Amino acid sequence: MVAPAKKPYRVIGSRPVRPDGTDKVTGRANYGSDIRLPGMLYGRVLRSPHAHARIVRIDPSKALAHPGVKAVITQADFPAAEDVITDLGETASNLKWLVDNVLASDRALYHGHAVAAVAATDPHVAEDALGLIEVEYEPLDPVLSVHEAMAEAAPRIHPHMHTVEMLARFSPGPRSEHDIPNAASHLRLEIGDLEQGFAEAEIVIEREYETGTAHQGYIEPHNGTALWNESGELTVWLSTQGPFMMRDQLARMLKLPVSKIRVIPMEIGGGFGGKIPMYMEPMAAALSRKTGRPVKMIMQRDEVLLGTGPTSATYVRVKLGARRDGTLTAAEAYLAYEAGAYPGSPVGAGGMCMFSPYSIPHQRADCYDVIVNKPKVSAYRAPGAPAGAFAMESALDELAEQLDIDPLELRQRNAAVDGTRRIDGAAFRSIGNEAVMRAAEESPHWNSELQGENRGRGIAMGYWGNGGLESSAYATVNRDGTVGLVLGSVDIGGQRAALAMQIAETLGIDYEQVKPIVVDTDSIGYTAVTGGSRTTFASGWAVHEAGLEIRRELEARAARIWEVDAALVHYDDDGVIRGPEDRSLSFAEIAGQLHRTGGTVQGKADVMPEGTGPAFACHIVDVEVDPDTAKVEVLRYTAIQDVGTAIHPDYVEGQIQGGAVQGVGMALTEEYVYDDEGRLRNASLLDYRMPTTLDVPQIETILVEEPNPGHPYGVRGVGEVPIVPPLAAIANAIHQATGVRPRTLPASPRVLLEEMLPEA
Amino acid sequence: MQDLRYARASSVAEASRLLADGGPTARVLAGGTDVIVQARERTQKISLFVDIKHIPEAVGVGGAEGGGLTLGAAAPCCHIYDDASVRSSYPALVDATSLIGGTAIQGRASLGGNLCNSSPAADGVPPLIALGATAVIAGPGGERRVPVATFTTGPGQNVLEPGEFVVALEVPAPAPGSGVRFLRFIPRNEMDIAVVNVASALRLDGAEVAEARVVVGAAAPTALVVEEAAEALVGRPLSQESIASAAAAARAAVRPIDDMRGSIRQRRHLAGVLTERTLRDAARRARGEEVASHP
Repeated sequence: MVAPAKKPYRVIGSRPVRPDGTDKVTGRANYGSDIRLPGMLYGRVLRSPHAHARIVRIDPSKALAHPGVKAVITQADFPAAEDVITDLGETASNLKWLVDNVLASDRALYHGHAVAAVAATDPHVAEDALGLIEVEYEPLDPVLSVHEAMAEAAPRIHPHMHTVEMLARFSPGPRSEHDIPNAASHLRLEIGDLEQGFAEAEIVIEREYETGTAHQGYIEPHNGTALWNESGELTVWLSTQGPFMMRDQLARMLKLPVSKIRVIPMEIGGGFGGKIPMYMEPMAAALSRKTGRPVKMIMQRDEVLLGTGPTSATYVRVKLGARRDGTLTAAEAYLAYEAGAYPGSPVGAGGMCMFSPYSIPHQRADCYDVIVNKPKVSAYRAPGAPAGAFAMESALDELAEQLDIDPLELRQRNAAVDGTRRIDGAAFRSIGNEAVMRAAEESPHWNSELQGENRGRGIAMGYWGNGGLESSAYATVNRDGTVGLVLGSVDIGGQRAALAMQIAETLGIDYEQVKPIVVDTDSIGYTAVTGGSRTTFASGWAVHEAGLEIRRELEARAARIWEVDAALVHYDDDGVIRGPEDRSLSFAEIAGQLHRTGGTVQGKADVMPEGTGPAFACHIVDVEVDPDTAKVEVLRYTAIQDVGTAIHPDYVEGQIQGGAVQGVGMALTEEYVYDDEGRLRNASLLDYRMPTTLDVPQIETILVEEPNPGHPYGVRGVGEVPIVPPLAAIANAIHQATGVRPRTLPASPRVLLEEMLPEA
Repeated sequence: MQDLRYARASSVAEASRLLADGGPTARVLAGGTDVIVQARERTQKISLFVDIKHIPEAVGVGGAEGGGLTLGAAAPCCHIYDDASVRSSYPALVDATSLIGGTAIQGRASLGGNLCNSSPAADGVPPLIALGATAVIAGPGGERRVPVATFTTGPGQNVLEPGEFVVALEVPAPAPGSGVRFLRFIPRNEMDIAVVNVASALRLDGAEVAEARVVVGAAAPTALVVEEAAEALVGRPLSQESIASAAAAARAAVRPIDDMRGSIRQRRHLAGVLTERTLRDAARRARGEEVASHP
């Protein structure tokens, strides 16, 4: 379902076939695993079986003596990384931590932590060699939850770490006066006067919530092939969301000039934030340097779950104050998110986003980034926001129940509008929050009657800020009137199509005339990751500006052909250039004359746009809970979202459906299961239970299109916010169905059954 | 990589000889959905695969002499659930074979393999036990028959002696007035290992239960025949109360473990729930009503 578009566009809003589609469905598209180079070796990684252990000794001699084994590396094969934490107190980008996560130094900090890597003539020999590398460990006590980690007597995973006060989400400040064991940082977000807000309240509720560790679950495992040639240049073929970020991280870690590194992004089979960090790429590079041959590395599925990804397990306490009429007067949250073995959880985003759909005068969030003996978390679709929203939206549901107010109406009474201040003090402008709530209120789903026993309906809101950052693009006009569009953004969710559509709109030509291509880091300007819901927005700005440059140049060429003043020539939005005395040239006609009027025309743009438009979503879900087994069946699901302008509605709907399904997984079945020693027990897709097609209904979507004034075509990011509301929407539906309020997710049958069964 | 050899047997005698010659690291290869994974993940040392899919007796699905059904040990699930006589007379086998794995797995996986893998959670085993099936075993000492109920002796362990393998499974013809139902509980709707599974068989004589058998899987080291459940049912009309007593007996009998797939309390509870549900459906089948495998 799509509301009428605000502007009559020619291309935008249509649903053409994506340029990469046929090759992908026929298996012709080239992924990292398709790379084969002469003399290529195969690398594998040896991983720690312990969650926390001192590495006493690594002896590779038996592995090196094994026929076919060409090299073994440990962290000693990387340039020494200075530990800036001890003198600068920096948190997020300590090079030492970055390197230690790639390959452990003197301690393994999680089950699956890479300890050594081997290169051999075939992958099976490499696997055999792993068993021949002798590692002597001295196991240490693992720390496995934020509660354990922050306890006074907790072992300190990083002995020299001291809690840092964050000045803003990404800006570390001084050492905190309140050092808490294993808390890397504390961030306080605050507006208003909390005490006053609670004093004005007539009802106060305070609740605690927890979520488990979830993995992004991209279907393509991490892979990378590196060739370090004799002139000291490093080329890496890989699957990544951010080739430029990878290049710069490699340069920093390997202490190479950026110009010596070329990163070639292959097609990518999913990332969701997890294909941004370095994992095997520097190992492949070091193995290549050591052997003088290209080295290819592909993770096994268990390595993906053990060594990459996940998002934080979380603990959130939320306290809300309201008047009897439902007006929220105060909101307070305490958030502790697991960072894994090194700092960098998305806890700040959790605190930043959870209250944002609402106008609340007095707010405070205390956010703690907590080290535990688990894999270092990486970004996962709206990082940090789902857990915060789970807490807030569940508590709101209880408030609505206690005040006997319809849960959607309670949200509407408190809806953030243009001018409302967020918890960081910034004021919203041009947001679609109320429009989303209204669309939910008017939706067929909300107005349908839920019949049958053991069924319940839940609703929840979600907010995400969306990103901007750098993008580069250029476009070449070919003699036949087609256009080559060169992009720095890798295509993870239909970006080739969405960007080709935007430049086609700018140039007034057909989508089919544009051929988009994604290139490597030597071939275009720095482009930030495909992630943060930024690409269709920021790279869209870039292709639009490149298109405008082409329009200006073609006006000049037409003026030359007609021998008139350029000011009298105008490139119209229908792609026709018009001049005095009814002269006109179509795009194809002038393209055919470029070689006689000065040569090729290219438009180029390097942008870093402001003006991102935040995204709001409201999800409605009906569930049925088997009263005997506590199994939750999702019966109906509707996702309503302000998408700005939907450039390609199919891909917008696909993003919303994908985000909702991942949220359903977090709510019901997905979680890492550890034993008491901190070993991950379910490192397989059999036992790490992502929803299958039989576990979710068709996700219905309602696109609300409030164009973002900060973008030429009104684009807002769409990919992340749909994962924010599902956790609470489902928890709220389960409560209505069973009377049990899930405060720990996933609400797996095992957990929910405990709540539903009478006391033993 | 484990170096391993592959040999294709075309007769029972040839397979026996290959297995005997191969020693303790020789394995039968039927569908391979367990053993190939075990070899690749190195959880088993395997040096020889003896493929039995070219032995006619090991792949057939059809009527046995004197009634009943003979299933080749290597017959893939899809051949079992597509067989007309299985569909009409042994619907509990359809219940099980149509939920083991997905469509692709069902084209390879076999009940013989499921039995010999001897997992406590095997979905094929409880219905075979409930149906009173017998394993036909060939080996150096000739042929012998072992009830499926006593075939598995522990997780991953069974009665097979060196050189022996299961050629076929014999299922007796269903008695008039009988019905069997198999159900399992998994957190998702496919792609999962049973938290608990139960097969129940009933024979009704009028309103009264003449025979009963309740078999619970994934709740003890082997699939468990709950005699007390049968005792609670036999000799009286099937009622809410007798079904509840049988469920209570199942809950009391199981010896489950806590692991990542389920807790002790959950498994004990589910053993009761599935006992009740399978008994109700078995009674409907015994009365000649249709009960869809997957409603």
